[in-house]
Amino acid sequence: MSVPILKLIAQRIALGIVLLFAVSILIFVGTQILPGDVAQSILGQAATPQALANLREQLGLNDPAYVRYFHWLGGVLTGNLGTALTSGQDIASSIWPRLKNTLFLAGCAAVVAVPLAILLGLIAVRYRNGPVDRLISAFALASTSFPEFFIGYLLVYFFAVKWQVFPAISTVFDGMPFLQRLEAVVLPATALTLVVLAHMMRMTRAAILNVMQSAYIETAELKGLAPLAIIRKHAFPNAIAPVVNVVMLNLAYLVVGVVVIEVIFVYPGMGQYLVDHVAKRDVPVVQAVGLIFAAVYITLNIIADIAAILANPRLRHPK
Amino acid sequence: MAKTAPQSATPETLLDIRNLRIEATVYPPGEAPKAVTLVHDVSLSLKRGKVLGLIGESGAGKSTIGLSSMAYGRGGVRITGGEIMLNGHDILKAGAGGIRKLRGREVCYVAQSAAAAFNPAHKLMDQVVEASLLHGVATRAEAEKRAKALFKKLSLPNPDTIGERYPHQVSGGQLQRVMTAMALCSEPDLIVFDEPTTALDVTTQIDVLAAIKDAIRDTGVAALYITHDLAVVAQVSDEIMVLRHGRLVEWGGTRQIIKEPRQEYTNALVSVHEIEHHEQKAEGAPFLSVKNVTAAYGGGAVKVLKNVSVDILPGQTLAVVGESGSGKSTLARAITGLLPPQEGSVTFDGRPLANRLADRPKEDLRQLQMIYQMADVAMNPRQTVGTIIGRPLEFYFGIRGAERDRRVTQLLDEIEMGKGFADRYPAELSGGQKQRVCIARALAAKPKLIICDEVTSALDPLVAHGILKLLLNLQQAEKVAYLFITHDLATVRSIADSIAVMYRGEVVRYGSKSKVLTPPFDAYTDLLLSSVPEMEIGWLEKAIAGRRMESAGN
Repeated sequence: MSVPILKLIAQRIALGIVLLFAVSILIFVGTQILPGDVAQSILGQAATPQALANLREQLGLNDPAYVRYFHWLGGVLTGNLGTALTSGQDIASSIWPRLKNTLFLAGCAAVVAVPLAILLGLIAVRYRNGPVDRLISAFALASTSFPEFFIGYLLVYFFAVKWQVFPAISTVFDGMPFLQRLEAVVLPATALTLVVLAHMMRMTRAAILNVMQSAYIETAELKGLAPLAIIRKHAFPNAIAPVVNVVMLNLAYLVVGVVVIEVIFVYPGMGQYLVDHVAKRDVPVVQAVGLIFAAVYITLNIIADIAAILANPRLRHPK
Repeated sequence: MAKTAPQSATPETLLDIRNLRIEATVYPPGEAPKAVTLVHDVSLSLKRGKVLGLIGESGAGKSTIGLSSMAYGRGGVRITGGEIMLNGHDILKAGAGGIRKLRGREVCYVAQSAAAAFNPAHKLMDQVVEASLLHGVATRAEAEKRAKALFKKLSLPNPDTIGERYPHQVSGGQLQRVMTAMALCSEPDLIVFDEPTTALDVTTQIDVLAAIKDAIRDTGVAALYITHDLAVVAQVSDEIMVLRHGRLVEWGGTRQIIKEPRQEYTNALVSVHEIEHHEQKAEGAPFLSVKNVTAAYGGGAVKVLKNVSVDILPGQTLAVVGESGSGKSTLARAITGLLPPQEGSVTFDGRPLANRLADRPKEDLRQLQMIYQMADVAMNPRQTVGTIIGRPLEFYFGIRGAERDRRVTQLLDEIEMGKGFADRYPAELSGGQKQRVCIARALAAKPKLIICDEVTSALDPLVAHGILKLLLNLQQAEKVAYLFITHDLATVRSIADSIAVMYRGEVVRYGSKSKVLTPPFDAYTDLLLSSVPEMEIGWLEKAIAGRRMESAGN
């Protein structure tokens, strides 16, 4: 690999790290300006002023904001996300299994959704403006237009209640065999797939159609290549950058946007954990989850940027 | 009007097109879509191993006919009538699968711009052998061996490793040869060459032309050679077919077409369109002097102008010639202040001009106007011709309202276009008319100097001829000076009073037209002059033999 490309990639990664610090400040400031008092919400309305003052002292709430920020940041950098105010449990150790669950569900959805979306995009281009193209677009757009809770309940009604092939509640626990775990997430993963499919499919179609105008596509046609081979071999490699971008955006959505689906299927993931603790005004938990979501988002976008750089032969092989 | 075919169909015949009719649907703005006929019942036949040149102006249907031999219609074009017999089969009846079997196997295609026709994502070798592998002509190892032999035959540098490169790593002239190798690799019976040298510099064109000619001779492949340049096609063809507006004008042997044309239109194409232009004497003081200018891109990293000095006299034309990358356009950018020189200065009326465009007063900007090669992208497509020409009148002189309209009409008159054009949009004009509007816009500022950057390069020869005449007439009437940038030496002869020949950022020859174009020549000027194709059979071999240096495109 050449030096300029390594420099470009290093720049992207450095930029991502800077961005992550900026986001950590935003999250911290955001939770600080929320109304309400943590000590009050822990002890309830009946607490004595003395008890409130003691608790504030104990939690370090009287320190200036920047001291608390660096205290928190130092903890995060050493893997200590603090303790949940409501339960007194260590946040890191209770988030970890939930993060694994969320990534598992998102991963299952992604493994199906990404290849399917790209394949459908390729087929739509092959039969562009014909009935097959319209059918694919109509199906994908319809599935995206329904709210995810509607799709979720529809799946539950048919597959869990009526035909009883999959469980309605996606219970997973430690030490569960892989296949059982897979069976448990079939319905939520399907719902998520239907939600993200259309966006990726439509963008793949548009990106490839754009490339199909190029003179080298004509060259391929005049070599006698079949239409699908032209799209796969000559058009797709030149459409990778925009496709990767939209795929990564959707993967990020699969991780950070699953709240509703997790609630419907009672799936023990990050989303549910976040919703629970927002309701209880448990600030350290909200900060920790927010930071993890931001990290996922930024990481995936960096990967998209790097993939776009690597997909460009002019950058990979300079003159 | 059609002449009878010089040969009838025999087993020797490779390609036999009979009464070909090609149509397309056009969508005129505000009207119902309608079908137009692009090719009217054209017939041709081609024997094995022979080369037929298809020649005509843009819109003559030559590419459309060439591509029809592969049963391909570009951009919604439909073959609606006739027969195309290739190797004794009617390919129009072959069906989609049958057509794919012959494309890349029996007929291959070489495009005008190889730079665009190669896929940027794949190595050259993968693309060169692709058709051979697809059609099962050879194994990968065999195909690569053949490709390397072809690279060598086409005198490409490093024939064993050039296939490992990506298209962007190889120059335009070399890509054109790689594309020829790609077409030859699957050992087809016929190759369609679609203006393969038109986009190249004249010094590179001669090398590619010679390489193509040798490759055709040595492999015994037949070819349809499409071009608008009769002098080029005369070097490679056995026969020439002249087309106009999708109809056959004349078809005959190369010697007959260029020596004894039977049709008036062919005669017009064959005769030399040189404008008699008597050079004006270099008298008086120059009003614009470029003194020892050095300019670079990338913060001084890439020097594109090295110590360049030229003078421009009032009402005269300085032509700057050279191949692409020689620094011609950069000189214009340095004079206009778009690229501030690193060293040296530009003086105007005896005082130095500010280096940077932003530091120049409006009056200095008015004195220097520009006309570009691509007239359509140099105009705002959403403004009418009246607005476009009227803008400099408002901007420099504050002329508005009825007075402005009067001036616009006057300018339209000067460029030989009627008053009615003021309300038209650029999209409604032809290429030549667009360039005329750009000339009027430059004139509206009443400048002392107009910089013309390849203004006729994108136009058909007869249209370009009209533009040159107009420029000369305007020079007489308005006493405006031109800095005329071009790579075309015929244009230079028609318009210049003095000439600067540029090579790799330096002026290698400079003086009055008669002096520059009179021997003895320096090596580069000699190469440039001897590379211009002449309408004479056997010119190519003579020119190659007589060369003293290699062109920079290699």
